[in-house]
Amino acid sequence: MTDASWETLSNQAVAAAGVVYFLALMAHLVQWASLRKLPAEEVVTEGRTAMAGRLGVLLTGVAVLVHGLALVARGMAADPNRVPWGNMYEFTLSGTFVVALLYLLLLRRFDLEWMGPLVVALVLALMMLAVIWLYDPVAPLTEALYSPWLVIHVVSAVIATGAFTLGGICSVLYLLKERSTKDRGYLARVPGLTSLDRTSYRMHAFAFPVWTFAVLITGPIWAHQAWSSYWNWDPKEVWAFITWVVYAAYLHARATVGWKGRNAAYVALVGLATLWFNFIGINFFSTTSQHSYAAPASVEQRSSYDAGQVPLPVPPGPPASPSA
Amino acid sequence: MPTDMNARELLRWSWRQLTSMRTALVLLLLLALAAIPGSVVPQEDVDALAVSRWKNAHPDLTPVYERLGLFSVYDSVWFSAIYILLMISLVGCILPRSAVYWRALRARPPRAPRNLSRLPEHASYTTGEGADDVLAAAARELQRRRYRVEVREGAVSAEKGYLREAGNLLFHLSVLVVLVGFAMGGLFGFKAGVIVTVGNGFSNNPTQYDEFVPGSMFAADDMDGFSVDVEDFDITWLTEGPAKGQARSFVSHLDWATADGDSGTYDLRVNHPLAIGDTEVFLIGHGYAPVVTIEDGNGDVAYSGPTIFLPTDATFESFGVIKAPDARPDQVALEGTFYPTFALGDGFPRSVFGDAVNPLMSLFVYRGDLGLDDGGSQSVYVLDKSQATQVMQDDGQPLRLDMRPGDSVELPDGLGTVTFEGIQRWNKLQISETPGKLVALAGVVLALLGLLGSLFIRPRRVWVRAREEDGATAVDLAALDRSSGGDPERGAAELAAIMDTLRAGSGDAGTSKENS
Ligand code: HEM
Repeated sequence: MTDASWETLSNQAVAAAGVVYFLALMAHLVQWASLRKLPAEEVVTEGRTAMAGRLGVLLTGVAVLVHGLALVARGMAADPNRVPWGNMYEFTLSGTFVVALLYLLLLRRFDLEWMGPLVVALVLALMMLAVIWLYDPVAPLTEALYSPWLVIHVVSAVIATGAFTLGGICSVLYLLKERSTKDRGYLARVPGLTSLDRTSYRMHAFAFPVWTFAVLITGPIWAHQAWSSYWNWDPKEVWAFITWVVYAAYLHARATVGWKGRNAAYVALVGLATLWFNFIGINFFSTTSQHSYAAPASVEQRSSYDAGQVPLPVPPGPPASPSA
Repeated sequence: MPTDMNARELLRWSWRQLTSMRTALVLLLLLALAAIPGSVVPQEDVDALAVSRWKNAHPDLTPVYERLGLFSVYDSVWFSAIYILLMISLVGCILPRSAVYWRALRARPPRAPRNLSRLPEHASYTTGEGADDVLAAAARELQRRRYRVEVREGAVSAEKGYLREAGNLLFHLSVLVVLVGFAMGGLFGFKAGVIVTVGNGFSNNPTQYDEFVPGSMFAADDMDGFSVDVEDFDITWLTEGPAKGQARSFVSHLDWATADGDSGTYDLRVNHPLAIGDTEVFLIGHGYAPVVTIEDGNGDVAYSGPTIFLPTDATFESFGVIKAPDARPDQVALEGTFYPTFALGDGFPRSVFGDAVNPLMSLFVYRGDLGLDDGGSQSVYVLDKSQATQVMQDDGQPLRLDMRPGDSVELPDGLGTVTFEGIQRWNKLQISETPGKLVALAGVVLALLGLLGSLFIRPRRVWVRAREEDGATAVDLAALDRSSGGDPERGAAELAAIMDTLRAGSGDAGTSKENS
């Protein structure tokens, strides 16, 4: 297959995955619409409602496969072939893929069926956003991105982002459920507060070390190789650090009497906000970030020494590490 | 705050507050908050150019921002205050905990609580087996499950997961190690930059660098003695596809030699710095240096050689100044633009590609005092026009020299001749020494290991009590999960498994009552 046809395949797969996610969402909505009519204690394991739920999960599985195919094809479309995270479009595709995949992998272990509609809706929304606003044609990575550290750094950052996002969903539900007095409907059916708090903690406890690895180990190693300085207080780095500190605070909050539960959930959501702001927001607010998402041959000022001089184009558009 | 305290009590009270978990939490959140301005306001250490631009654009705010240290947030008093407090709090928290841990490590598992059925995980059954046999079997089973076990007063106490606290302590201590490594880099390291035309070199010495930023305790005497020559430079450009015009790869072929007589060659590329001793050399930029000869009005060569032009955009359209202060009768200077691939777009001259496919240089001419005679320093990239006059054409328009390599143009008024001999390339190299980077790396790696222990090792206590009553033995089991994640299902499963083993061992079905 030619690069062009891989690219076409990737775009088609993205569209197909979107459609299947949509169908999965429909299935879940059918399921939850009929569950509304029942008291929350009543467990439904057979009949149309349960079928719709299973169908939703099944369709999500199919969508994740197609979604994965889209990513592979995206990498194959580049010359030379590469990992599919050279720009924000690709990073969003990868991030949503990991969110959906983690959800499926953890579904049984953490009893996450209730999360299905939320995860699918979130993934679908982000994918649409990526296609509409972030789409970029396949381009080769700038030279600085050809580093094994890119793969390690970004994979870990994306995985952590996915897990933090799932944890954040639990925290949102915790806060909503805490306020809700309804005895039927969605909120009444999601797991109890203790259980939500615990699931949220577990997602964060998984994500935090991975994030530490991505942001404080592999990131600096790579930055050192590419930019000569392992920590530059570049805006992207600053926000990755902020995210890290906030999640450290979350873990402390959970161990502090009086902060467990609601306050911890707030801290977790602040963490999630900083995480997504770092991914999307910083690129629009900051002009100095070295994490340029491989803007082709971007012209940037990188060293601190050239005050008063004309900015130097950096040799290869610096390592656009899309994550932290 | 309690009111009736003497100084000593007050001190103790403050210390307890400072080292409390709640304070750590608040300080962490403060640290996150304090880091934000550094991502919004340009930072001196990150982008000095942006700082000066910002200052020009906001003259009113500048003094305020300067006083607040907003241009170097991460060295500012308030930022430092927060993390120093955090570190003190951390030490104050960790040291006592380490002492407690040290004692706990050698302590015996705690006695069984009086009423085991009050614990969240609990099960019980009755059996015909003797109490001592039950306890012996329980001790064996718990040992097999890697518990530390103690039998006393009709009950087995067992505990495991001691490493969790060790992990927690290791993590917190490692944060300090990272900080030490980070500080070492800032204090004892240096960063330097130099622009070298291909074919030339430099030696590792502050005087040879265009920019040199030493750490505050850096000793120049300790710099590694070596020199580097840029022998050749290769670059390939993408000529098609969406990234057309972007450089695909470039490599600088270096010869290096140390003061000790070592030498070698190295292909310097992005992501592949050259390390000599503790110093590393990075390739961070490149551009064009047109070679120009200026023959003055007397026929003497007043200037000849490559002049570094600085690229202004991704097409490598470059700006530069060529000064010939030795030219007579008048000093001469040229200022203008170099287009590696010249084209007219919308009637304007521009470069359409980074490679030197159709090079053209377009220069304005100045004569008179270039401001170099008083010996003051002046940037080679800026022309001081305060005492120089621009050379005009007869029609009153500024004289512009549009030259291709090989061209030679005679200047009016007997000022001399300018010849565009050819084009060289230059490389911008960054040279730095970062002591402590391995300390910092070791610190984070240890921190990560500690973190894994702290998050995933589940400290648990299990008690089994057996009492003989009315010819039967009542066995109570209970467990306490002390990890912050808790996992009731797994805990219950473990307790059930322990009970099953005990009962299977006794070959006795008995009656049982489970709850958890
Ligand atoms: C740079 C500052 C700090 C960072 C990044 C940090 C980070 C962390 C993290 C990630 C954990 C989670 C591990 C777990 O849940 O077991 C933790 C736990 C803990 N931290 Fe910190 N910490 C910092 C400062 C402090 C300070 C100043 C104190 C003391 C006041 C402290 C006391 C504790 C304690 C007691 C735990 C264990 C909580 C538990 O038993 O679950 N930490 N810390």
